[in-house]
Amino acid sequence: MSPIIQSLLLVTAQVIVLLTVSPFLVGLIRKVKARFQCRQGASVFQPYADIAKLFRKQPVISTTTSWIFPATPYILFASTLSAGLLVPTFISQTPLNFSGNIIALVYLLALGTFFLILAGLDAGSAFGGMGSSREAIVASLTEPAMILSIFAIALTAGSTNLSTIVHKTALLEGIATDPSPHLMALAALFIVALAETGRVPVDNPATHLELTMIHEAMVLEYSGRYLALIEWAAGLKLAVFLSLIANVFAPWGIATTLAPTAMGIGLLVYAVKIAGLAVLIGVLECMFAKLRLFRVTDLLGVAFILALLGLLFFYILRS
Amino acid sequence: MLNVLWVLLIGYAAGMVLPLYPRQLNTQSLTASICAIVATCAGIALGLLGLIAPEPVTLSIASTVPLLTFAIRLDPLAALFVFTISLVGLAAAIYAVGYVRHFQGRVSVAALGALFNGFLLSMTLVVLADNGLFFLMVWELMSLASYFLVVTEHEKADVRPAGFFYLVMTHVGTAFVVLTYLILFQSAGSFSFDAFRHPEQALPEGMRTLVFLAALIGFGTKAGIVPLHVWLPYAHPAAPSHVSALMSGVMIKTAIYALIRVYFDFLGGQFPWWWGFVVLLAGTLSAILGVMYALMEHDLKRLLAFHSVENIGIILLGIGAGMIFHTYGLNEFAALGLLAGLYHTINHAMFKALLFLGAGSLLYATHTRNMEEYGGLLRRMPWTGLFFLIGAVSISALPPTNGFVSEWLVFQTLFLSFQLPALFLKLMLPIAAALLALTGVLALACFAKAFGISFLALPRSAHARHAEEVPVAMRIGMGILALLCVGLGLAPMIVVPLLDRITAPLTGVSITDKVLALDGWAVAPGDVQFSSISPPMLAAMLILGGLLGLLLAFLFGGRLMTRSYKTWGCGINLSPRMEYTATGFVQPIKRVFSTIYQPTIKLETEFLQKSRYFAKQRKFEFHIEPVFEKYLYDPVIHIFMRIADRLRILQAGSLHLYLAYIFVTLVILLLFAV
Repeated sequence: MSPIIQSLLLVTAQVIVLLTVSPFLVGLIRKVKARFQCRQGASVFQPYADIAKLFRKQPVISTTTSWIFPATPYILFASTLSAGLLVPTFISQTPLNFSGNIIALVYLLALGTFFLILAGLDAGSAFGGMGSSREAIVASLTEPAMILSIFAIALTAGSTNLSTIVHKTALLEGIATDPSPHLMALAALFIVALAETGRVPVDNPATHLELTMIHEAMVLEYSGRYLALIEWAAGLKLAVFLSLIANVFAPWGIATTLAPTAMGIGLLVYAVKIAGLAVLIGVLECMFAKLRLFRVTDLLGVAFILALLGLLFFYILRS
Repeated sequence: MLNVLWVLLIGYAAGMVLPLYPRQLNTQSLTASICAIVATCAGIALGLLGLIAPEPVTLSIASTVPLLTFAIRLDPLAALFVFTISLVGLAAAIYAVGYVRHFQGRVSVAALGALFNGFLLSMTLVVLADNGLFFLMVWELMSLASYFLVVTEHEKADVRPAGFFYLVMTHVGTAFVVLTYLILFQSAGSFSFDAFRHPEQALPEGMRTLVFLAALIGFGTKAGIVPLHVWLPYAHPAAPSHVSALMSGVMIKTAIYALIRVYFDFLGGQFPWWWGFVVLLAGTLSAILGVMYALMEHDLKRLLAFHSVENIGIILLGIGAGMIFHTYGLNEFAALGLLAGLYHTINHAMFKALLFLGAGSLLYATHTRNMEEYGGLLRRMPWTGLFFLIGAVSISALPPTNGFVSEWLVFQTLFLSFQLPALFLKLMLPIAAALLALTGVLALACFAKAFGISFLALPRSAHARHAEEVPVAMRIGMGILALLCVGLGLAPMIVVPLLDRITAPLTGVSITDKVLALDGWAVAPGDVQFSSISPPMLAAMLILGGLLGLLLAFLFGGRLMTRSYKTWGCGINLSPRMEYTATGFVQPIKRVFSTIYQPTIKLETEFLQKSRYFAKQRKFEFHIEPVFEKYLYDPVIHIFMRIADRLRILQAGSLHLYLAYIFVTLVILLLFAV
């Protein structure tokens, strides 16, 4: 098999894995929350049915909007999926490793955010504008913490390319003798992931109450296939962050070769890892209340300081 | 190549004279633009030739004034700036054909055209000059030409003080530039740049430090480094928009050119680590404060002016990191930092000029710069909207545009700091990277605001409701820059080798092979395993991802028609007054960063006499503290005013007294001469 065909197959496999796994994660979190609240809850496969149904519905578009509004779901979907292709899932070496490192991933996700903010403003309703405004501040506070935690991780692995980080860690190369910088970066990145994917305590994906919603307010005017794509992209973003955390901090079990058995095991382990993280998020959402918007600053400040401490620890331990 | 240079010089010279003759206003501006177009095309060719030429090209004309020669030297560094100036000049000149129409009858179009050409010529000569005195002459000409352009609309009350402030600030800067050159002259014994490079006796350490500081203050004033940036948000908005594009896009970059010239060329790149650190600090401060003040602006052109401060900061981050690496002998990384800074210099020239031209188009169509009076313009001005969006995406450093590539390179340079020996710097550079991340995402928020409030939703005023698309010439001017924004982002494999020709002589190492991997398809400082991006690949992924979305929508939903319906306005018809305003949009940011803004908010409500529950009118006032003006500039101005008051005694108005002054001065000078 020529390397190009092999790469294409791997990319296709990655796309299929990400697209199929993302609604499941959303369903799983909802199920966990329902059980904690002593409810039966919908099936974990409900999000698949939701997306399929939305695709078949006729979308309604506001008369005040411009072309930004219908274009945004596609841009958001494309940017999130592209970001997903840079993160290793079940094999440690993604074929698109060269096309972007972790900073590219951050900026690809930012591209989606940018257009989502614009779409929130486009319909002219005050809710959309409110969501956009809040998304802007949450994103601004998240990004510095994310960059610093990434740097702390990149230092231990000696790379900012995700596949390389994961591959090296999986083969136990370059992992620090003392894991404390790694752990601090992990904590920081976990907080960042909660903020970026709009989970409690930063945002509540289950609410449509004007005063509290952020992401839901921006997409309030969407319906039909546009909403389906946005929901799917939101699930994808969750999958991207969970894969990132799972594989960067616990890459064990990931396929480091292209042997069929290794890939099979890798797929299985990957599914278990991200399902575990999804359950963890579900539990956390039940344990904590959503923070007031201006208290989010403190939480993200903690993430920033943790990442900075991770960096400091790394240098002190090494010198 | 000299022929091309002559075409350029003659083109601009013609542009300074010819527009003054025709009677018809249209012909005047057309003549100015045609001359500028010819000259800028020559400039683009000259820049490209200079970048690939194996040896610098020189031209020297002796003068009768001692120490002054009209010497020109085109090396790769100068060539890059000639190229950038000419490219932005070309777009601005084409744009001017349409734009200047809205000045006709109000100001002298002929003078505007002539000054426009003079401004371009002086900027080109600033980067070409090879003699200190000649440099100072054209530097002053550049300042004066831009001053007269700023006060084009001098009949407006706010334009005159803006122009005066600029004139004062630029001359304070020039004083420091003169000081820089005088110190260099003292050791070199001549004003020729070649003598500066190889002085007769080496400068003592203290003098070198003085050169560093004087150059940073002098050129920093022009570049708009915080806290010397205060003139920018006044002067840039006051100028006609195509001139603002030149001032913000390229004039402030001549200062970047001069800084690199002085630090890396004249001083030979020999400096202690704290020089680089000071530059890095100035860069970080400018970047973060520039974007923060920009967020609070609702005057579109002032907002863009503050973003120039931010981007100068990002450029200085790259250069400062490069200087630090250079001190420690890590020349490959030093070259990378410089390359990142220079890449961002070109990119910023393109997208900032594009955005200023876009702002000019909005001004042309709506006659206001206040963002709160725009709205819904994307449907009325689709081309301007598209171009402005491309500019906004570029300045927010989002893939796959040019801003992303250069900002990514700056990030990588800062990340390579783990190779430095000093722990302090190892920690400071990543923090600078984190602040750069904050800057980047605040810029994103700011341009989401600028584009979203201006172009989307319902028009907020009659001006916006009646707006129409701008003339073709203006659209072409913006279109050229928009294409370049995308092109420069997709083609680092072309840009990087050209920039390497500049950084290689300055740092002593060529890094093209190191930075470009996989036949140029990926940019990978260090090696592909450490970090890489492939802008063409990212663009392909985005396009294919979008197509996949379309395919999925078709597969699962089939061909569905969409239905149009009005936005739900809680039961009443939606009106522009229900929309989020620019002020409202940034309110959370203002609140979170209130330590920096020190906002003053005043809300007065006047109630109806009959009932305390119904308001007759409400008055809302909000402004942020102009910290630098209040605590840094006002005291200085106050002192100068007091001194001036005292000195007024000298100016009694008597002619005899003045003659006596002249006599006394003459006697004193003669005493010195003896």
